[in-house]
Amino acid sequence: MRSWIEIVEGVKIALGAIRTNKLRSFLTLLGIIMGVSTVIGISSLTQGLDKTVGEELSTLGSDILYVAKFPWTERIDFEEYRNRKDITMREVEALKERATLAVGVSPSVDATRTVKYRNKSLENVSISGTDEVKTGNVYPVLGRDLTAADCEHRRSVCVIGWDVAENLFEDKDPIGQRIKISGHTFRVIGVLEKQGDLFGMNQDQSLKIPIGVFFKLFGHRRSITIQIKVADPLVLEEAKDEIRGILRQVRKVKPGEPDNFGINQMDMIMNLYRSLTGGLYAAAIGVGAISLLVGGIGIMNIMLVSVTERTKEIGIRKAIGAKRRNLLWQFLIEAVTISVVGGIIGVIIGFGLGKLVAAISPLPATVTLWSVLLGLGFSSSVGIFFGIYPASKAAKLDPIQALHYE
Amino acid sequence: MLIDLKKITKDYHVGTQTVHALREINLGIDSGEYVAIMGPSGSGKSTLMNILGCLDTATEGIYNLNKSNVSELNDDQLAEIRNREIGFVFQTFNLLPRATALHNVELPLIYKGVSAADRKKRAEAALDKVGLSDRMTHRPNELSGGQRQRVAIARALVNDPSIILADEPTGNLDTRTGDEIMEMFEALHDEGNTIIMVTHEEYIAEHSDRIIRLRDGLIERDEAA
Ligand SMILES: Nc1ncnc2c1ncn2[C@@H]1O[C@H](COP(=O)(O)OP(=O)(O)O)[C@@H](O)[C@H]1O
Ligand SMILES: [Mg+2]
Repeated sequence: MRSWIEIVEGVKIALGAIRTNKLRSFLTLLGIIMGVSTVIGISSLTQGLDKTVGEELSTLGSDILYVAKFPWTERIDFEEYRNRKDITMREVEALKERATLAVGVSPSVDATRTVKYRNKSLENVSISGTDEVKTGNVYPVLGRDLTAADCEHRRSVCVIGWDVAENLFEDKDPIGQRIKISGHTFRVIGVLEKQGDLFGMNQDQSLKIPIGVFFKLFGHRRSITIQIKVADPLVLEEAKDEIRGILRQVRKVKPGEPDNFGINQMDMIMNLYRSLTGGLYAAAIGVGAISLLVGGIGIMNIMLVSVTERTKEIGIRKAIGAKRRNLLWQFLIEAVTISVVGGIIGVIIGFGLGKLVAAISPLPATVTLWSVLLGLGFSSSVGIFFGIYPASKAAKLDPIQALHYE
Repeated sequence: MLIDLKKITKDYHVGTQTVHALREINLGIDSGEYVAIMGPSGSGKSTLMNILGCLDTATEGIYNLNKSNVSELNDDQLAEIRNREIGFVFQTFNLLPRATALHNVELPLIYKGVSAADRKKRAEAALDKVGLSDRMTHRPNELSGGQRQRVAIARALVNDPSIILADEPTGNLDTRTGDEIMEMFEALHDEGNTIIMVTHEEYIAEHSDRIIRLRDGLIERDEAA
């Protein structure tokens, strides 16, 4: 009861002091506001990003390996880059034959072309040459997928992405229609389900054709990416070792020499992403910490001024029975109230900034209770830490001297 | 005896010099007495009042208040005694400038831990008693000098103290307002309150029952008024 009365009194006094010294209080609070809004703004953006990236990556599956000419996340010098041998169908055949831990091995090559249907055309469609083996989890919603026969006989057929269907055919049934890619005619046999964006890239403005047709049309001189679905995510590491062995043999890598290919997985992108946002977090925390420190010094300063200005008040309170503890609390609560007001303003501005960035850029923003509590927790700790010295100074004042202070 | 001072000495050290503000003072005051303390400037009146009011402790000697020894209490213990036993009325009123009259009077009750509703009731009664029931929500700068001093008296009374200590309570007031305040002290005395008052003016001291005259830290005379 007793301390509750004190807290209510202290908060009232602090709010009154903020109101009577609006400009001074605002300047004092600037540091805290900046610190908290930086942390909240950045964390709401990175958390939003985490959420969407996590969701996007999980649709790709963790049991798929991507064999490519280069590892995704490693630096390679230019000489090496030019001289490295392409991944060819020989590697695909070898893996299909000998990789026992793989349940699906599928090559793919990509090119970007304009696709035409009658007088309509769609630019920048991602054309991929592949075979009938399924490694991903995207299925046709209309018609059928590529079959072994399509690939074997190099039929001029294609399975088109959702956006291609929408743009070229609108309400018409695309199945059986003929489209043109680089002057070559393809028959549409299927339409894939809608996939959405991945890392900001539209996955639906795409189509698949048999890889043999792709080579005939666009040439052989390009490196293949091989998608490998592993039997069980638990044997991922063993599968990698097996694949590495096969590839080193096929590509004639001498013992002791490094791999001249990369075995990639989505985790690598996730890790890369984590290290990037981790850096962003660290920067935000750095800026936030410095601002909070500056804000804390501001709080200490204003509290010292407040204690001096109110020396007589302290004397009066002591004369009529305030104990050290009472005055310590009074000024500590005042410091915390001021800094929490700054914290609340900072949280609001931080969210505003997050939402603003989300509105004008493709970045998403997520508001979590956790970061609100973090912001308020930080600002009140700053209030306590930097308020304790002025408050204890007030508590220790001699009542007679304080009473006679003018 | 309410107040019993035995050989109270107070020394101040200023640089290498020692000022003897009080020298082995012996003094007894009974409950219900109305005492005036007089003496030239620098004779030790304020020092004595500070010790009596438990704002300060003596360098040497024993102070028994209500039969308990308060000479060697620490800051917080003294604060509690002040809250319970002493009501201060100062020459310069010493009200909190930003607080209303009601809040100023409530303050001692806050430090006593009295609940909000009870506090309000008691503070209102005290303000009513000094004739300010229509000024409860006014701030000090909206009140006249006499009204401010009456708020201070209400604040001194609200906790039902054993002693009311007044240090030149009419010093900042004109004669007529001063007289009104003196009448109020007289009424309080008639109700049985113990009053100790420092004053420069003989005619003010005349209101009391007993006049103690200090000089150079000693009691020069102690006589009925
Ligand atoms: N805080 C102090 N430090 C040093 N000397 C003091 C202090 N307070 C009072 N004195 C000295 O003690 C003596 C008595 O002072 P005081 O009690 O204020 O006298 P009065 O109230 O009768 O004018 C004076 O000589 C004064 O200078
Ligand atoms: Mg004096």
